[in-house]
Amino acid sequence: MEEMIDIAVKGKINRTGPVLFSEYNRGEGIKTALDLSRDDIIFEIRESGLKGRGGAGFPTATKWMLVAAAKADKKYIVCNADEGEPGTFKDRVLLMEYPELVFEGMVIAGYTCGASEGIVYLRGEYEYMLASLEDYLYEMKKDKLLGDNILGSKFSFDIKIKLGSGAYVCGEETALIESLEGHRGEPRNRPPYPVNTGFMGSPTTVNNVETLAAVPHIIMKGGSWFKKRGTDKSTGSKLFSVSGDCKKPGVYELQWGTSINELLDLVEAENVKAVQVGGASGVCIPKSQFDRKLGYEDLATGGSVIVFNEDRNMLEVLKNFMEFFVEESCGQCTPCRIGNIKLLEGVNMIERGDYTFRHINNLKELGKTMQVASKCGLGQSSPNPFITILENFKDEIFNSNSSEKQVGGNGGKE
Amino acid sequence: MLIEEKNALSEEIEGYVKEYGTNRSALLPVLQAVERKHGFVSDFAQQEIARILDIHPVEVYSVISFYSFLNSKPTGRNVVRLCRTISCDMAGKDQIENAIKRELGIEFGETTKDNKITLEYTNCVGMCDVGPAMIINERVYTKLNPEKAVNILNEIK
Repeated sequence: MEEMIDIAVKGKINRTGPVLFSEYNRGEGIKTALDLSRDDIIFEIRESGLKGRGGAGFPTATKWMLVAAAKADKKYIVCNADEGEPGTFKDRVLLMEYPELVFEGMVIAGYTCGASEGIVYLRGEYEYMLASLEDYLYEMKKDKLLGDNILGSKFSFDIKIKLGSGAYVCGEETALIESLEGHRGEPRNRPPYPVNTGFMGSPTTVNNVETLAAVPHIIMKGGSWFKKRGTDKSTGSKLFSVSGDCKKPGVYELQWGTSINELLDLVEAENVKAVQVGGASGVCIPKSQFDRKLGYEDLATGGSVIVFNEDRNMLEVLKNFMEFFVEESCGQCTPCRIGNIKLLEGVNMIERGDYTFRHINNLKELGKTMQVASKCGLGQSSPNPFITILENFKDEIFNSNSSEKQVGGNGGKE
Repeated sequence: MLIEEKNALSEEIEGYVKEYGTNRSALLPVLQAVERKHGFVSDFAQQEIARILDIHPVEVYSVISFYSFLNSKPTGRNVVRLCRTISCDMAGKDQIENAIKRELGIEFGETTKDNKITLEYTNCVGMCDVGPAMIINERVYTKLNPEKAVNILNEIK
C-alpha cells in the first residue's frame, strides 16, 4: 500500500527548473543568512521582487519588513501549507521533495523578522506526510539547523507542524490564524493585518510554501540573479500545477511571462478548448486568448492550470466549481454564503433549460456585487468562473441550436 | 455510556491536554486526536474537552461543525473520502463512485452495516495530476480505476 502513496508524490516533477528545482545543499541558505544582517536580507528579497506565491502576490520583502519593524515580545512565522485550491498540488511536491527549502526559508524568515517560533499549517488531507516532515525537522535539529543557537549563533528558532481539518477557507491567512488559535476558520476583518496583530495577537508573517522555498536560493545567489527571470513585475520562476486533459500532468517550474500556448505545448495537450488558470477561483480562458501570459500583469495565479479538451461540457465544469464554493464558503458573510448558492441555482437552471437571460444577467450582476462585498478572497473570487465561463463559452452554453435542452432562447441576443 | 468508559475517556482527553497544552489553541489538536481514535467526538467528550480547556461546550461543538474532517456523530471504523473536485471528476470519479456504491451497497454519507466503512465525498485533495484519488483515514490512494478502488476497500479491516 505504501507504493500507492509514493506514486502520488514521487517523480512528479516534469521539468528541472532554474530556481526551486535546482541543486541545493542542505543548510547552505541558513549558513549564508546568519552571516548577513537583517537589513541585507530584506534588501536582497526586495531586490529579487519576490511576491507571494499563493496567488495574491503581496511583496514578501514588505511583509517581512513590517514584522521586523514591529515591537513585540513574540513574533511568529507561519507557513501556509493549506493548499486547497482545486488543481493545485505544487506545495505537496515541494514538501515531499524539497522540505529543506521550505523549512530553511522559515528559519531565515525568523532570523530576519526577529521571531523564534515557526508554525507550518499543514492541510488535513496531507496528514500522510506529517511523519516524514517531523523526521526531517528532527534531522535539522540534530544538525543544529533548528532549535537553540542555530549553527552556534545567538539565534534560536523552532518549527511546529499543526494540522488543518479539511476547510478550504483556512488557506486565507486570517482564517488560518483563527484556526491555529482553535476557532472556526472564519476570516477576520482587515485591518488589522497579521503583520501587526496575527497569531495570539502577535506580529505574524504568513507565507506560502513556495514563497518560503524561494528564499534560500535568493539568499545564496542574490536578488538580482532571481530577478533575471520572468518579467518586470513578475520576477523569477513559478511552479505550475497542471492537470486535466493533457499527456503530462504534473508540476512545472517555468518563468513568469510564459504564455498559455507555450505551457500547453510542454504538457502535450491536444484539442484544447479552454484552460482554467488559478483554480476554481481563477478565470477560464478560451482558445482565442491562449497567447495571454502568466504573470501578475495579466493572469495572476497561485499556479493551478486545468486543461479542458473539446469534449468537455463547460457548464458541467462550472457546476463542479460552484458546488465547491457552496460547500466551502464559511458562511460568515452574506454575499458569499447566499450568493454562491444563487449562482449554483442559476447553473442548475441553465442545465435544465429552465432559465431567462434576464435572470442570468441578474446573476452576473450579483457575481460582481459578491466580488466587492464579500469579506475575504473566497467570496471575492468565487464568481470568477461563473462570469468568465458564461461569457467566454456562451455560444456553447446558450446558443447551440442543436442542443435538446435549449428552450426559450432568443437567439443569443441579450 | 458506562462510568468506566467515561472515566477512560476523561483520562484520555487529559492526556492529550498534557501534550498540547491548556490554552484555546490546543482545541483543534485535541479534537483531532479524539476523532482519530474514536472516529467522532461524542457529546460527553465535547463536554469534557470544554471543562478541561475551560471553554463553553457550544464553542467546542461550533468548531467541530465547521471542519469537515471532524464529526459529532459516529462514523465507521474507516472513513473513505472520494475527491469530487474537477480534475478527479474529469479523470473518472463517477466510475469509481458507482463501483464503490455497488460493491458496498450504500450511498455516500452512509456507513456499512458492519460499521466498517463510512463513505464521504471530499473537495480537492491535491492529487489532481494522479486522479481519481481517495483518502482512507489519512492514507491517500491515487490513479484509481473501479477494480483497484474496490480491491483497496476489500483489503481494509
